[in-house]
Amino acid sequence: MNYSRGSDIVSNATTGKQGFPNPLQWIGAASLGLFSEVGRLFIFFLKVMATAFTPRWYLAQVWKQMVNIGFYSLPVVGLSAVFIGAALALNIYEGGSRYGAEQFVPSIVVLGITRELGATITGLMLAGRVSAGISAEIGAMRVTEQIDALETLSASPFRYLYAPRFLAAIIALPLLVLVADIIGIMGGWLVSVYALDFDSTTYIRNTMDFLTNNDVIVGLIKAVVFGAVIATMGCYQGDRSEAGATGVGRAATLAMVGAAVLVLATNYIMSTLFVEIGL
Amino acid sequence: MSTPILRLENVKKSFGKKHVLTGVDLEVQRGESLVVLGGSGSGKSVMLKNALGLMTPNDGKILFDGEDVTKSTGKTRAKMRERIGMLFQSGALFDSLTVWENVSFRLLQADRMRRKDAKERAIETLKQVRLGADVADLYPAEISGGMQKRVSLARSIISKPDLIFFDEPTTGLDPITADAINDLIIEQVRSLGAAAVSITHDMASARKIADNIAMLYEGKIIWHGPADIIDNSGNDYVDQFVHGRADGPIQPAI
Repeated sequence: MNYSRGSDIVSNATTGKQGFPNPLQWIGAASLGLFSEVGRLFIFFLKVMATAFTPRWYLAQVWKQMVNIGFYSLPVVGLSAVFIGAALALNIYEGGSRYGAEQFVPSIVVLGITRELGATITGLMLAGRVSAGISAEIGAMRVTEQIDALETLSASPFRYLYAPRFLAAIIALPLLVLVADIIGIMGGWLVSVYALDFDSTTYIRNTMDFLTNNDVIVGLIKAVVFGAVIATMGCYQGDRSEAGATGVGRAATLAMVGAAVLVLATNYIMSTLFVEIGL
Repeated sequence: MSTPILRLENVKKSFGKKHVLTGVDLEVQRGESLVVLGGSGSGKSVMLKNALGLMTPNDGKILFDGEDVTKSTGKTRAKMRERIGMLFQSGALFDSLTVWENVSFRLLQADRMRRKDAKERAIETLKQVRLGADVADLYPAEISGGMQKRVSLARSIISKPDLIFFDEPTTGLDPITADAINDLIIEQVRSLGAAAVSITHDMASARKIADNIAMLYEGKIIWHGPADIIDNSGNDYVDQFVHGRADGPIQPAI
């Protein structure tokens, strides 16, 4: 594919008489660049969706990507979740003790982890590990003509490369979030029982009493969306990678940053929506 | 005269303000081996990518076996590509697949052949390019550059195409390996009865594999004729290129 990047449009903006950028032209060019980038990303996303949910499916590729995205992310997700859960318990205890509300630690930890932090932390970790990885891999394939080779061999890169990563991400992310939820809650329990002198049985009972199915479902819905965001950004930036190590490196950075920002933005939008509909 | 297997009519391609192809006219007959010469940045690869449908020209027509495929998509394009083989400059082997999986990629993915049968076909084809069955289970990173070119050649001929493109087939190879690749190209193209379009700036390779030679300069074909008169083309540009002189109408790309 040959198209200019948003930043290219900005850099091509006409400069003033003294060589300084004309601010109005710069703002105009930046806006056009942003809109065209968003438009291209959206079209790319629709194309990935269209191929992911229609046959033919390369199931071996999906499985391979699920192992890569899901299984190999377990350590980073688990470690992040345990520390977040532990830190959350400590902070809730610290804040709650000012009002004599220490007993709310289990319920706020479980709510915070399942509805918010389990999915968000998993999304952010995978934005770094998976989105950048996918982008670097596809970028390297793009610059070494492997994607052109795929097309000449009658295999669509959307079907063979991007759709399996997309499907694997939207399946693996909810599973990882479930793991993150369990380990995150366990992190809170560990700190509460061993550092804050909570009774273990009471802590677990309070957690179970407060937890509802909706709390878990909210996190899982978010995870599916984050999976779509992470895979799409990785594939999109990789597909557009420019030649050379710098080009591939830049694509990986853009994928990671873009995926992380989109994870946080879509998280906020979904949280608002879920509160509105009472989920 | 029969319908040419490939015909480019006034093909133009630009990237922003950069006009790479400014009106390419070219015809390739069945069984013909055509070499397109041109300096670095002359648009050889862009021309080839347009012919293959990896890029869409801004203007002009591309006809494959008489059918206009300039803007074809879906099944028409897939049908065309089934009849075309391509050897990329870098080999473009898939890193994550073994040698035999690379060679039989089209058979496995497009034709859905059973893996056992596809592997047998791949090993047979590897033998045709003088590679033993022992390399079949290796990964591309585990074999030399010359072997990678042979594997890529095997991949391009396995489905017995009517037209094969060779993008700088000898670039990066030592003279002996390069000559062996040239021999394999001639042998395989002749045995298949396929047409071949090779783009190169390696004159030794061009002299060896070409029936006809065309020269691309500033986005246009400026000379087209039989390979055996290349030394007496009567064209100053071709003459300078063939003899590798810095002085002449073509300015060095530095």
